[in-house]
Amino acid sequence: MPLNVEPNLASPDAFYEALLDAHRGLDLESSQRLNARLVLLLANHIGDLDVLRDALERARNCDGDSPA
Amino acid sequence: MPVDYQNLVLPYVSPASLGAARSARRPVVIVGAGPVGLTLAIDLARHGTPVLLLDDDDRLSTGSRAICFAKRTLEIWDRLGCGEPIASKGVSWNVGKVYFRDRLVYSFDLLPEAGHCRPAFVNLQQYYVEGLLYEHARRQPGVEMRFRHKVVAVEQSAGGASVGVETPDGRYDLACDYVIACDGARSPVRGMLGLPTRGQTFRDRFLIADVRMDADLPIERRFWFDPPFHRHGSALMHRQPDNVWRIDFQLGFDADPAVEREPARVMARVRAMLGDDANVELVWCSVYTFSCMRMEHFRHGRVIFAGDCAHGVSPFGARGANSGVQDADNLAWKLHYVIRGDAPDRLLDTYASEREQAADENIAHSTRSADFLTPKTDMSRVFRDAVLSLAQAHPFARRLVNSGRLSTATTLVDSPLATPDRDRFEGLMAPGAAAADAPVTVAGRRDWFLRKIGGRFVAVHFTGRARDATTTMPGPGGSRTDDALRIDPLLIAAPSSDAARDDDAIVDAERMLAARYDAAEGTTYLFRPDQHVCARWRRFDAGAVRAAVARATCNG
Repeated sequence: MPLNVEPNLASPDAFYEALLDAHRGLDLESSQRLNARLVLLLANHIGDLDVLRDALERARNCDGDSPA
Repeated sequence: MPVDYQNLVLPYVSPASLGAARSARRPVVIVGAGPVGLTLAIDLARHGTPVLLLDDDDRLSTGSRAICFAKRTLEIWDRLGCGEPIASKGVSWNVGKVYFRDRLVYSFDLLPEAGHCRPAFVNLQQYYVEGLLYEHARRQPGVEMRFRHKVVAVEQSAGGASVGVETPDGRYDLACDYVIACDGARSPVRGMLGLPTRGQTFRDRFLIADVRMDADLPIERRFWFDPPFHRHGSALMHRQPDNVWRIDFQLGFDADPAVEREPARVMARVRAMLGDDANVELVWCSVYTFSCMRMEHFRHGRVIFAGDCAHGVSPFGARGANSGVQDADNLAWKLHYVIRGDAPDRLLDTYASEREQAADENIAHSTRSADFLTPKTDMSRVFRDAVLSLAQAHPFARRLVNSGRLSTATTLVDSPLATPDRDRFEGLMAPGAAAADAPVTVAGRRDWFLRKIGGRFVAVHFTGRARDATTTMPGPGGSRTDDALRIDPLLIAAPSSDAARDDDAIVDAERMLAARYDAAEGTTYLFRPDQHVCARWRRFDAGAVRAAVARATCNG
């Protein structure tokens, strides 16, 4: 099963609001720690290493952050 | 009175007093009398190949050094007849606990099932292990040991090899068929051959403090990440015999080893951990760094490398000495078969390929552990701490915590010596796997399967039928070659069956053996002399068994 990049969130705006709410009041370092925990929790839920590798690759390459 | 192995001086014999035997040609010269060299010497001698073991020193290990000896290592020593004194002197343990800051995050059991003779690990100072192996080696008629006989030159040609040996009373040369280097991480033999070893050294330093104290703590491995008594570092605590505890502190790369070794400073760290009123005495300390590296090839013609000289890892998985003993286990029978002419020389190439693959596996585990213990970037530390903070309440995250993936037997995946399955099997005992132990009953007494399969090719046949009704198993052959390749038959009787009524039947009374091997009536397993699974079938077929042995000895 490939990584699903088609719309899949039941309530996109509500999710985005919840994401920002979760970070509200945190400094950048605390937010980084939250994000790291979130990544680990979601990765475990997905489970499939191929899907995760696909997601990692897309996340790394989509806004010019990949090293030259 | 128990022997003081730390102060034992091993006997030196001058070259002159050895007479003509001094330079007589030998089939095998082993360089280095550490755990690997001693294990190999004992194994070869018990197979029937005499060995000469040379060491530049006359002392056993200085300090406790390697302390964790794994189940598989104990099983190898059991096969060689010296597992019991080592296991009984050692401290057995199966459980590990991981702490993050001031909390217990989780605990794990390395051997959660019953029905094994040996525990996951015993802890024992290296000098005890070497001392007990030395005493056992001394009892083997085929082992000659020379201490303070330092190998200073190694040469080889198509017809043989030679070593130059320096002693306090002069130098001599010696011819042999094979030189086996078991001379440690700094391997002089590797240097003499100009061979490189490659890998990475980790930018971190660790302090070992062995302390003696009376403490009624449970016997388990305790590991702390960022504990209150040692902020920003990790710490490890482990019990050894004689009320000695191994404590290991992560110091960081900038620590000054000379300063960190000062006893007052070491004791300050120990007291921060154990409390000011703890009655502790410092026994040994050492500051170390580690590297993950290996030689590209473990075999160079007639010179073969085993143990730390061939490969190095971090200490956190206990994969150094334990993988070295598995090297010896893999090499001994192959050398014996080749030297006797029962297998072609290329059987020795499979020692290299099988153990190079094992080294890669050990190095991969060790590198991942090191990356968890010493995060290389700010973000890797963030993820590391995220894993630890999730682990207490989230079981999935415990699987990501890596305080060292502890040594287990290597499965020889895709070994050219294994016969691929033709029949369907479930479970772990695929060709290449190290044989799992299980209890058996012989004449009403509990015994262990691994003790029954010994150190030759053994065909194990599971059956409930009385002996005279079973399919003919292969028996002793006639010629010398047939005898060497002889396949020992071993019947495993199903409980309460006709087969179990035989007086000396090996009965799978608790049905654990059949379960672990996914065996049913007629199932037949072939084991190599190092107790790895060689082939298996759903029914016995003498021709298939012989073909599998031929394949496993490169005679196919």
